Amino acid sequence: MGRIGYFFLYLALIVVGLFQILPLVWLFLFSLKDNNEIFAGSPFALPSELRWENYEKVWNGGIGTYFFNSVWITVLSIILTVLFASMAAFAITRLKWKLSGLVLGLFMVGLMIPIHSALIPLYSMFLSVNLIDNPISIVITYTAYNLPITLMILLGFYYTLPHEIEEAAVIDGCSIHRMFFQIILPMTTPILATTIVINMIYNWNEFVFVNTFISSEGYKTLTVGIQNFIGQYMTDWGAIGATLVISVLPIIIAFIFFSNKVVEGISSSAVKG
Amino acid sequence: MNKVMSNKFYIAFYIAPALLLLLILVFIPLVLSGYYGLMDWDGIGEKTFIGLENYITGIQDKLFWNSAFHSFLLAIFSTLSLIIYLTVSFILASKIKGADLLRKIYLIPMLLSSVAIAQLWVKIYNPSNGILNVFLMSIGVENPPLWLANPSIVLFAIFVPILWQYAGFYILIYYAALKNIPESLIEAARIDGATPFQIATRIKLPLIKEVVSVTIVLAIVGSLKYFDLIYVMTAGGPNGASEVMASYMYKLAFSNYNFGYGSAIGFLLLIITLIVTFIVRKLTETKDKLEY
Repeated sequence: MGRIGYFFLYLALIVVGLFQILPLVWLFLFSLKDNNEIFAGSPFALPSELRWENYEKVWNGGIGTYFFNSVWITVLSIILTVLFASMAAFAITRLKWKLSGLVLGLFMVGLMIPIHSALIPLYSMFLSVNLIDNPISIVITYTAYNLPITLMILLGFYYTLPHEIEEAAVIDGCSIHRMFFQIILPMTTPILATTIVINMIYNWNEFVFVNTFISSEGYKTLTVGIQNFIGQYMTDWGAIGATLVISVLPIIIAFIFFSNKVVEGISSSAVKG
Repeated sequence: MNKVMSNKFYIAFYIAPALLLLLILVFIPLVLSGYYGLMDWDGIGEKTFIGLENYITGIQDKLFWNSAFHSFLLAIFSTLSLIIYLTVSFILASKIKGADLLRKIYLIPMLLSSVAIAQLWVKIYNPSNGILNVFLMSIGVENPPLWLANPSIVLFAIFVPILWQYAGFYILIYYAALKNIPESLIEAARIDGATPFQIATRIKLPLIKEVVSVTIVLAIVGSLKYFDLIYVMTAGGPNGASEVMASYMYKLAFSNYNFGYGSAIGFLLLIITLIVTFIVRKLTETKDKLEY
């Protein structure tokens, strides 16, 4: 292919790239402007003065609480999901029992379930055990619904671990628990990192469970919190922009540092789903 | 050795936490959804058994089929957009410098929450100050459309952010598959005089058709479950013009407190999803396993 051919190929790719990135650039720019400048000026003009006070205003106005709720709910759910999925992967690939194939099949089916079909019964179950408007309901729901995909990503790695490891461990008189927690789990660190990043994206962005199970402002996470918030600041575009930037920033930062893990996790979650 | 590894107590210890959570929070609710569908119930008071009435109402409910129609329309859009993603992936995989960086840039929207994406696009579509209409007015369009308030275009307007959100995801999958094709096959075709277009359509495409069929299933099934973005952007409006199955179910249960009927619709959503998954899998099944 000639130079001109390549020129057009690059042009096409850059146009796609601009389509993907310009809405976010615009968002960041207007988060630092006030309404006068947003409405009168050109959309992609740099702010005449960087109005960080937009960020300060929304952070102190309640976004801070939502942010910390998102952080602790995301972190706790990740720990539980990754721990339970690792234990299940160990039981399915290393321990010997007749029903392991059936149980694995159940987790595979779990990958295809539309969550909305389970929403009403989950709501009434949580209502009957007093977990509505309690963040525990969110943590255990996130854990349960992320287990299938986490397990699928882990399984491939567990199958490749050599059996000599546990043979040697058993011969040396090592207990099953020590074998799992001190030998096998540390060996899976690279794939654990992938599942952690994927779970972080899912949990941080989840909306419908929190929107349905949580009503107190004090327990809401960012996705649901920014909904109300934006209602409140309906006309203040700068404040809305700042809110949205705060809500997406942790994921963008994680992506900058762990982009290869994200790419790996997303592609393995797709091919197996 | 085998004695230790088949100890029942250890097996239970390692599988129980995950299995119990899966059964209690994923599978039991699905069964309950079908059961609640047989009840007249407002979510708080007594349940009254009414047999199949909710399901019969559901099957005759124009609003439900209207929302199902929109869901299927989104599924068709999503499937067609795979052609765009595939084209971009072909270009990206054709010895482009910086391909790795580009595909990561494409992926960024995929990482953001649907709520943030929806709020951002509500702003983009804002009639007087959104960048879309500001741009249209600057090139001389007198009365640019009210994208989200016009019932005949709202569904298309909603589809653009969906296209934007998932582009990087599908391009990533296709790109990985294309990069897996051995260079020797392409080289052999080139020596035989195949044009780049022929190489793409006659050699590369058939070699990745398994991946393509997986993405077709993902695109269709994903669209049938679509909720967050639409709920935030339009809440199904104006006047039901962008209502989809999941948003209709949600409205029945959590706005109208019609839990019995909402459960029946939720159960129908499950059945429809499973049937469509099965049909699409059958249709796109690749019989001859390719080895290279």
